[in-house]
Amino acid sequence: MGNVLVFAEHQKGKFPKSTLIALQAGKEAASKLGGNCLAVVLGSGIDTLAQEVAGYGVTKVLVADDPGLANYLADTYTATLEQLIKANDVSLLLATSTAIGKDLLPRVAARLGVGMATDVVAINADGTFKRPMYAGNVIATVSLDGPVKVVSVRGTAFDAAQPGGQAQIEKVSVNLGAAAKKMQFVAFNETKSDRPNLTEARIVVSGGRGLKSGENFTTYLEPLVDALGAAMGASRAAVDAGFVPNDLQVGQTGKVVAPELYFAVGISGAIQHLAGMKDSKVIVAINKDSEAPIFSVADYGLVADLFKAVPELTEAVKKLKG
Amino acid sequence: MKILVTVKRVPDPETTIRVKPDGSGIVTDNIKYVINPFDEIAIEEALRIKEKLGGSEVVLASIGTKVVSEQLRTGLAMGADRALLVLCEQALDSLAVSKILAKLVERESPQLVLMGKQAIDDDSNQAGQMLAALLDWPQATFASKVELAADQQSAQVIREVDGGLETVGFSLPGIITADLRLNEPRYASLPGIMKARKKEIREIPVAELNADTTPCLKVQKMDPPVKKTGGKKVETVQQLLDLLHTEAKVI
Repeated sequence: MGNVLVFAEHQKGKFPKSTLIALQAGKEAASKLGGNCLAVVLGSGIDTLAQEVAGYGVTKVLVADDPGLANYLADTYTATLEQLIKANDVSLLLATSTAIGKDLLPRVAARLGVGMATDVVAINADGTFKRPMYAGNVIATVSLDGPVKVVSVRGTAFDAAQPGGQAQIEKVSVNLGAAAKKMQFVAFNETKSDRPNLTEARIVVSGGRGLKSGENFTTYLEPLVDALGAAMGASRAAVDAGFVPNDLQVGQTGKVVAPELYFAVGISGAIQHLAGMKDSKVIVAINKDSEAPIFSVADYGLVADLFKAVPELTEAVKKLKG
Repeated sequence: MKILVTVKRVPDPETTIRVKPDGSGIVTDNIKYVINPFDEIAIEEALRIKEKLGGSEVVLASIGTKVVSEQLRTGLAMGADRALLVLCEQALDSLAVSKILAKLVERESPQLVLMGKQAIDDDSNQAGQMLAALLDWPQATFASKVELAADQQSAQVIREVDGGLETVGFSLPGIITADLRLNEPRYASLPGIMKARKKEIREIPVAELNADTTPCLKVQKMDPPVKKTGGKKVETVQQLLDLLHTEAKVI
């Protein structure tokens, strides 16, 4: 088998944890399936980033540093990866299922004329992969035919790579050609938050329709979130109702999280929500309906009116933390 | 403007899915089927564009057996003008689906293809991006807002990405995949349902399209997930916090 190529995504001049997870999964794939694990960094003015990723135990780092790659765009990034895959004997392309990973990898796969496995949770030594389907109600073992396999890995299924070694860095020039003419980056409107990133936080507190309004997220849930130093999440129902923005959504069609501690507050526990959080280490459910399905996955369940219980819990946490 | 909207028939999201004991698939008895929820959002967006621009046509496209006409009929009742149903019995992966759709795009020459960002059965989130690649068209996935230029030659799309909202622009033709907050799909009205009965659902045998439908991705086996069992119920907030502190040691 040829090499494994890991797409090393960066945001605001840094590698998020999701990239370290991709590197770890890539190294695991190379050790099980053969070949070297290479990483690729795309962007403009990315020398420092290339140095950094070279220190995570990969064999080689490919760097395409080009003004045309300054902002992520599906067409230019696809054209670049297509060239690099062909030039570097790559038989497995891998990234984490982030917004960019999900946007980019299928496009690259189709350009190469091969299929792709999304949200892989295990890489098997026989070259098959495990991935969830039907909101996690099915774990499928899948195979990929073709000269290159393309997989996105689920961030909660692999550990982050640890620093070690110093790989060779190879600068490559790319020909963006016609790819650079059809799409333009216009703007990025960042959601400002002092809280930890939802997919990286040690503790996540999510609210559901039981909160009844966006104001109640602010009045009741946010003080608990901040007392715990947690990230805030929400169920699809709460997003649908317009209480909070969609980038807080935890579930099958939102973000998949697996923190050490997950609070589901006023969340009934629809299949689609469970798909996004059931791998959390410790799950706490607070709901006034004792029959709510969320209690069937919760390690600790409190049947209570959240409008009384949450402020009480917030105060108790503050007291405990002194 | 001609808009092509893809429609997939999927199990109702409220259905509990079970794996067959031999791992060969899911138990399909008594499953209710619906339009993939994100495809419904895509249909709604196409209808809104049509209502705004006038002089547009919304064409639905699906792949499957004749039963899929049920979902296409629902989309027509929402207000789409006509539908294409590619008849195909075999299991397809996203690449094969995209190859079939690419053939339909060649035939129909739409200026815009609207799709759901992900089908809630196989959860692959690939077909839109793959179709864009095969056609060498621009793509805007995870759309939460779509604005077409007055001359209908380009579009600006706000995308739901990690940590915020991204705006991209592109020249048409192009592909947009719908995220949750793009709109709230309408229900089919009674007159809409009546009208839909007379609208055309054209059946096209897959062989007629000359697309390579050999799947690259094959499902070898299905297993149920490891069941997580519920833990204990606690009586008070203080008891909860004590357990999290001393037993689970997470606070």
